[in-house]
Amino acid sequence: MSQSRVIVVGAGVAGLCCALELSERGYPVEVVDRGRALGDGCCSWMAGGMLAPWCERATTEPVVATRGESSIDWWVQRFPGTVRKGSLVVAQPRDAGELSRFAGRTENFEWLDGERLAELEPDLAGRFRRALFFPQEAHLDPRRALAALAEALRRRDVPIRFGVDFPATQSRHELPGRELVVDCRGLAARDALADLRGVRGEMLVIRSRDIDFSRPVRMLHPRIPLYLVPRGEGVFMVGATMIESEARGGPTVRSAVDLLNAAYALHPAFGEAEILEINADVRPAFPDNLPAVRREGRVLHANGLYRHGFLLSPWLAREVAARVAGLNSSLETIDADLRERRQA
Amino acid sequence: MPFYGVELKSRLLLGTARYPSPKILGEAIQASGADVVTVSLRREAGPEQAGQSFWSLVRSLGVRVLPNTAGCHTVREAVTTAHMAREMFETPWIKLEVIRDDDTLQPDVFGLVEAARVLSEEGFEVFPYTIEDLAVADRLVEAGCRVLMPWGAPIGSARGLNNLYGLRALRAHFPDIPLVVDAGLGVPSHAAAAMELGYDAVLLNTAVAEAGDPVAMARAFALAIEAGHMAFKAKPMEPRDMAVPSTPMMGRAALGD
Repeated sequence: MSQSRVIVVGAGVAGLCCALELSERGYPVEVVDRGRALGDGCCSWMAGGMLAPWCERATTEPVVATRGESSIDWWVQRFPGTVRKGSLVVAQPRDAGELSRFAGRTENFEWLDGERLAELEPDLAGRFRRALFFPQEAHLDPRRALAALAEALRRRDVPIRFGVDFPATQSRHELPGRELVVDCRGLAARDALADLRGVRGEMLVIRSRDIDFSRPVRMLHPRIPLYLVPRGEGVFMVGATMIESEARGGPTVRSAVDLLNAAYALHPAFGEAEILEINADVRPAFPDNLPAVRREGRVLHANGLYRHGFLLSPWLAREVAARVAGLNSSLETIDADLRERRQA
Repeated sequence: MPFYGVELKSRLLLGTARYPSPKILGEAIQASGADVVTVSLRREAGPEQAGQSFWSLVRSLGVRVLPNTAGCHTVREAVTTAHMAREMFETPWIKLEVIRDDDTLQPDVFGLVEAARVLSEEGFEVFPYTIEDLAVADRLVEAGCRVLMPWGAPIGSARGLNNLYGLRALRAHFPDIPLVVDAGLGVPSHAAAAMELGYDAVLLNTAVAEAGDPVAMARAFALAIEAGHMAFKAKPMEPRDMAVPSTPMMGRAALGD
């Protein structure tokens, strides 16, 4: 059976994961993206990069954890920069109830006292008397991870063509030969996916000369839960808001204040940190906030990763690969039917 | 009691924020039987009505929308947001919030009364989120409000009814104004307690949205609200200082020594 050629549209985390998974399974793949370069116009660029299925379990549906669990290995095998040191959850003393509530809704964690916390993260010594530790979780730097995927694709001779707009109409109606399309355009695919909506997120990047830690820290708050993800050498991504809005403008003052307050509350020394970047983007989401693969003719739409781009893209990529295999064999049947009819 | 001329089927009004997903929000609304949901606009609006997708989703649920001014700190912000809400949802209804303290989300009652006056004069039907203070409530009615929504406790605090006496006094003072306990409830028994005081309805968000199973919790609240309301109508007995045996004491067998 000959393998269909697959065009992956979109070079965000979804597109690159799908392309790599398909290429590894032997399909000839090509990636196109309308942006000028890697990360241009793609919300994965602003992601936190936490691979934290059990932390997510506390606030999302159980499938996020079950689908996300195996993605840690996926990333470890393909991106050496994946850091598997677990993650931490803390709360201010007056929000201590939030910590127990969080703990009551998930699993695979340990309670830490102040001393154990200080052993893990010396710079947080004396800051919190209790914390939750999720030892099996991991994190990565999304921009380096995307670059690593692009490099892996290059090594496999999978071309990534930037500056190519791939209109949905063309993808649906003008496919030559045995080509299949995997549409990973995120929110841009709403021309084909009517129930896709955008959920705004705001983030910032800061650099501290005083503090560093080696695993993500979430700080619970009744209204404004936020997290810091270390990028190494004192650089942290602080994120992220979740607003039911598709506005793409820069972060609002209020969101920036919330994000900065969180860092400051985690450790006052962040007060002297330098703000390197402040940004906002819009995540694609379906009404159930879960990713899905949908087929329309020879096009597979892989979308709706919401705030779980890096956590759930490996799952999405495997789903896509399974569907491509199915399509590939049914195309074969269709072609055989055609031949038979012609011979008859 | 009708809310600005509208008889509601359900005595539960539900907020739409902080659910795990819009899908679960929709299921929770259905399970609760609520026919009014409240939607915030201030933070979601942005340029060119960027919150449109979510709002259309809420509209598609087929329930009456009570837009709110959550996140507004001044009269002007609240009035502007109300205008936008009227345009967006084609309703004169507005849940008016003017917040003073960001930490406890306590209303700024002075700004609230002023905004209620401005909006009532413009033809809005104002549902003010207020404290359980009689004088403030009086001023709100004077300003044109025909519904009052005192808090049970600060928003999202899950503490229940902090001031039973105050809430009871408010009910006694405004027998003809629909009263809704808005905010601060955590568990269905809190809602039942509010209804047993003779309140007309309860407005909830966090207690349902952040429950482990929002859909089941929505249903639990709906049942508690119905039970509380039924109990109020059935005229519950008053607590007594003395135990009153329901069977006669006289003539019982003397046991023991």
